[in-house]
Amino acid sequence: MDFATLLQILDSTLRLSAPLILACLAGLFSERAGILDIGLEGKMLVAAFASGAVAYTTGSVWIGLLAAIGASMVLSAIHGVASITFRGNQLISGVALNFLAAGMTVLIAQSWFGQGGRTPSLFGGARFEPVTLPFAEALADVPILGPIYADLLSGHSILVYVALLTVPLTWWVLFRTRFGLRLRAVGENPAAVDTAGVSVVGLRYASVAIAGLLCGIAGSYLSTGLQAGFVKDMTAGRGYIALAALIFAKWRPWYALGACLLFGLLQALALRYQNLDIFGIPLPTQIMDAAPYILTVVILAGFVGKAIPPRAGGQPYVKER
Amino acid sequence: MDVMPRWADVILVPVISIILAFAISGLVILGIGENPWDALTTMVSGALGSTYGWGYTLYYATNFIFTGLCVAVAFHARLFNIGGEGQAALGGLGVALVCLAVPWPHWALALPAAILGGALFGAFWAAIPAWAQAWRGSHIVITTIMFNFIAAALLNYLLVNTLKPQGSMDPATARFTEGAHLPTLAEMLNPIGIPFSGAGPANVSFVIALLACLLVWILIWRTRLGYEIRAYGHSEPAAVYAGISPRRIIMLTMMISGALAGLMAINNVMGEAERLVLNSVEGAGFIGIAVALMGRSHPLGVLLAAILFGFLYQGGAELALFTSIPRELIVVIQALVILFTGALDNMVRMPIEALFLRARDRRAAKASAEPPAGPEAKTEPAAR
Repeated sequence: MDFATLLQILDSTLRLSAPLILACLAGLFSERAGILDIGLEGKMLVAAFASGAVAYTTGSVWIGLLAAIGASMVLSAIHGVASITFRGNQLISGVALNFLAAGMTVLIAQSWFGQGGRTPSLFGGARFEPVTLPFAEALADVPILGPIYADLLSGHSILVYVALLTVPLTWWVLFRTRFGLRLRAVGENPAAVDTAGVSVVGLRYASVAIAGLLCGIAGSYLSTGLQAGFVKDMTAGRGYIALAALIFAKWRPWYALGACLLFGLLQALALRYQNLDIFGIPLPTQIMDAAPYILTVVILAGFVGKAIPPRAGGQPYVKER
Repeated sequence: MDVMPRWADVILVPVISIILAFAISGLVILGIGENPWDALTTMVSGALGSTYGWGYTLYYATNFIFTGLCVAVAFHARLFNIGGEGQAALGGLGVALVCLAVPWPHWALALPAAILGGALFGAFWAAIPAWAQAWRGSHIVITTIMFNFIAAALLNYLLVNTLKPQGSMDPATARFTEGAHLPTLAEMLNPIGIPFSGAGPANVSFVIALLACLLVWILIWRTRLGYEIRAYGHSEPAAVYAGISPRRIIMLTMMISGALAGLMAINNVMGEAERLVLNSVEGAGFIGIAVALMGRSHPLGVLLAAILFGFLYQGGAELALFTSIPRELIVVIQALVILFTGALDNMVRMPIEALFLRARDRRAAKASAEPPAGPEAKTEPAAR
C-alpha cells in the first residue's frame, strides 16, 4: 500500500465518518440527558429525504438543509412527546420512528417524484460542493504534509468540517457550560435536578431537540454531500453504527470522534477491498461489515473496559406530588 | 390501584390505539392523493376474498405468530428482544443444514428434525446476548440489535462462500430434497373435500404455529417456570427474595424466545422457498414487535395480531400490484401500530383512566348523597 492509496483511504474515511460523528453526537446529547435514542437511523433517513427533495425542488442546498433539520426535529418531537410527556417506553418509540421513517420517505418520494421511492439526481446549487481550504493548492507540492493538507483535509463538503467542529463544541457545551452540567445531571439523577428548581422536562426536550438538529445535518449530508440525491433506505444502518460508536466511546465526545473515525475506516476499507489480506490471512468484507457491532458487543460485555451508561437512561421521570 | 375494569385495560385501550393508528394511516393515504376506502377494499378482497389470498395471508401470519411469540415471551420477563430478525435468520441456517444433511424420505420425519434445528440455532443466537446481560450486565436491547447485523453478515458470508452449490451464481443453498417438502394447506385440505387454492404458500407450519401459541400459553400461565418469568418481570428484587435466580430466568427466557424466532424458518425456508436465500426473514422479526405489543403479549392476542398483519402484508402486496400505493404503506402502518400501542400507550390510557375515575367519583357521590342507613355506610370519596 503506497502513500497515495493510504491518503485515498483516509480521505474516504473522513467522508464516511462525518455522518457517523454527527449522529453519534446526537445520540450523546440525548442519552446524556437520560433519553435513549435508537431512532437515530430514522431521523437521518427523513432528513436525507427532506433535504434531497427540497434541494431538488428549490435548487438551493441550504433550504434543503433547513428542511432536513425540520423533518428530523419533527421525529424528535414525537419521540419527546412519547417518552418525556407520556412517559412511554423510549426504546419502543425509537423502533417505531425508524419504521415510520423507512415507510414515509418512500411513500412521499413515490407520490412526489414517481421514481420508485427516490428523488431525482441533484446537481449544481442543490448539492454541497467540495470546499478547498485556504492555500491548499499552494501547499500541495510540499512533501508528505502537502498532500495530507491538500488531498486529505481539503476538498470535502462543508458539512464534514461542521461535523469535525461539532466534537469540540459538544465537549465545551457538555463540560464547560451550566446547561451542559444540568443536562448531564438530568441523565444521572433527575430528582436532584428537580429539587434544585430546574425543569427536568425542559432539559430533556432541549436535549432531544439538539439530537434532532444534529441528525438533520447528518441526513442532509448523506443525500446532498456524500451522494447526489435520496435513495430508499440510504442510511443503510448508519444510525445503528453511530449508536454502536456511542457505546464504544462510553458516552464521551472525543472518544466518539475516535470511534466514528475507526468505524468510518472500516467502511472505507470494505468499500475499497472485497477481500483484504492482513498478514496473509484473507479477511472477507463481511467481517468488516460486522466489525463495529462485534466490537461494541465486546465492549458492552466488559472485556475491554466497562461501558457504564448514564444512570437514569431509559427511565421516565415522575415528579412526586 | 385498579382504576379501570379489566376489560377496559385489555380490550378498550388497545382497540382505541389501533383505531388511532389506522385513522392516521388513512390520512397518510389521503395525503399521497389516494382514496383510503378504495385501498381498504382492494386489500380486503386481495387478502381475504379468495382462498388464494388466504393462502398468502396465513403464510405471512405464520411467520408473525412465531416472531410475535418470540417478543411476547421476552416481554413477560421485561426483556425487550429486538433480535428476532437475527434469531430467525440463524433458525433458517439451522433448518437448511438439517434439510440438506439427510436425504429425507418423508416430511413427517424431516419436520421434527427441522424444528429442532431451527429452534436450537435461534436459541443459540439469543443465548449470547442473554449471557452478556445476565453475567456481564450489558443491555439486552443494544446487544440484540448488534446481533441482527452480525447475523446478516454471517449468513451473507456463509451463503456466498460455503453453502452455495458449486457453479451457482446465486447466493443461496441448493434446493432441499423432495422428502423435505412440507404439505401446503391445499394439499392438506383438498383430499378431505375442502377446496383451497394451491397457489398460496401457507403450509403445515401454520398448524405448528397454532400449537406454539398453546404451548406458550401453558408455559407462561400454567408452569412453574412461567410463574418465575412473570414474577421476575414484575419485580426483580421480589423474585430474588423468592429464591428465583435472575441469571437463570434471563438465560431461559431469551433462549425460549430465540427458539420461537428460529422456528419461523420451518415456514419461510422449508415451507416456502425450499432453500435458504439471502435476507430470508424480510423484516418479519421486527413485525413481531408490533404483533406482540398489539397482542398484549398474550398468545391469543399474538395470534389475532399476526393474522391482522398477515392480512396487511398480503393486502399491501395487492395494493402495490393494482394501485400506485407502494408496499411501504405497510411499514408505515406497522410503525404507527408500534407507536400507538407501545410508546404512546399512556396517551390513550390517561384520559380513559380519568373518565373511569370521574364515573366512580360520581357513583360515590350519589351513594353518599342518599340518607345514610348506618354509620358504616359512610362512603369514602374515591381516592387514588
